[in-house]
Amino acid sequence: MNEYLRGALAILLPPIVGGLLMGLDRKLTARLQGRVGPPITQPFYDILKLFGKESVACNTFQAIAASLYLVTNMLTVLMLAFGQDLLVLLFVLALGTVMLILGGFSVKSPYSQLGSQRELLQMLAYEPLLVLMVVAIYLHTGSFAVSDVWALNRPLLLSMPLFFLSQTLVLAIKLHKSPFDVSASHHAHQELVRGIYTEFSGPILGLIELGNLYELMLLLGLTALLLHTVWWAGALLSLSSLIIVILLDNITSRMTWHWLVKAAWLWGAGLAVANLILLYSGIPSFRLK
Amino acid sequence: MGLMDRARARSPWILHFDAGACNGCDIEVLACLTPVYDVERFGMMNIGNPKHADVLLVTGTCNLRNARVLRHLYEQMPEPKAVVAIGACALSGGVFHECYNVLGGVEGIIPVDVWVPGCAPRPEAIMEGAVMAVQRVLEKRARMEDREEAKEP
Repeated sequence: MNEYLRGALAILLPPIVGGLLMGLDRKLTARLQGRVGPPITQPFYDILKLFGKESVACNTFQAIAASLYLVTNMLTVLMLAFGQDLLVLLFVLALGTVMLILGGFSVKSPYSQLGSQRELLQMLAYEPLLVLMVVAIYLHTGSFAVSDVWALNRPLLLSMPLFFLSQTLVLAIKLHKSPFDVSASHHAHQELVRGIYTEFSGPILGLIELGNLYELMLLLGLTALLLHTVWWAGALLSLSSLIIVILLDNITSRMTWHWLVKAAWLWGAGLAVANLILLYSGIPSFRLK
Repeated sequence: MGLMDRARARSPWILHFDAGACNGCDIEVLACLTPVYDVERFGMMNIGNPKHADVLLVTGTCNLRNARVLRHLYEQMPEPKAVVAIGACALSGGVFHECYNVLGGVEGIIPVDVWVPGCAPRPEAIMEGAVMAVQRVLEKRARMEDREEAKEP
């Protein structure tokens, strides 16, 4: 019974919590710009409205791609909730994003095509960072399973502090936030019209928006793994990474995709590798066990 | 009012098209997005993509060159949708109504739901027009549902 409850919570909670966090994002952004901003429940209205729109698809594959994007993202959250293999989780996450990209490529719109190509470059930028984090976790637990992380007595953050920063970078890239919003832009900012989302509309876009909420909660969950010993501290840690991303979104402007890949690999992968080197350095606080 | 109607009323995404305006109305439309007027309070976003938009704001006189573009934009928007014509030019051609290339307003090209007069209209008037358009969207939706129900038996 406990297992069923956990599964139900993993499916039901992410849209609610993720929606509220996205509402907080809209509100915080508005306040930073000196505006009142929409109510905190705004993302729910947006997604609900999208499901009430007329369904106009350019081809059937778009609908399939959007559905698979949602399903794979749900699956990743479930895998995290049940303490499954992190490496497989990353592959499923990548599969979902690839489905979205294929959906973007299936339409002959230049905006959609360019957006999809840039989304691929974004994947190229952030995937190594996620894999490096899994490698560092493997060094601690000797396995890729999330449940083995939960069994640790000492929080990973003590020996993996730099991975908090690299995870924040991944979150910013994944959420399409400035200065990394090259393939599409969050909120009402426009890049390539709506980039990869341009040709999705109505309920199909609603599926993608819902998938984005699961993806957000998955990434926040991965960050929270760094501080798994006290659950509320882990939640606060991932919330602080989201707030850093929102602040970054408001104080920076969009850069080119060349810069995106360079920055992610130089700073993100650089920090991650530096942390891996520290793990082997023999400094007491970075000890593995 | 059902949950879906409430969601529609609270989340209208806006597409702004300049069909040959002098730019006065466009500046006022964009002024609605600034911190002073902050149209995002009502959940409105300037989305810039017809496939995502609910409300089309049109400024300018419309001429032979851009009438086709305007029609395409309107046709690409999924139902339920509403159109707001902003400014004297979009209503009747305004001061340009006797020009050889001017079609004299948006009405002949796409159906208009709300007219916002003025040269240029104040941002408050534009916001009121957009809110009225949202109400029109709801009415339109209700009518569509009535029609579907009438079709069924």
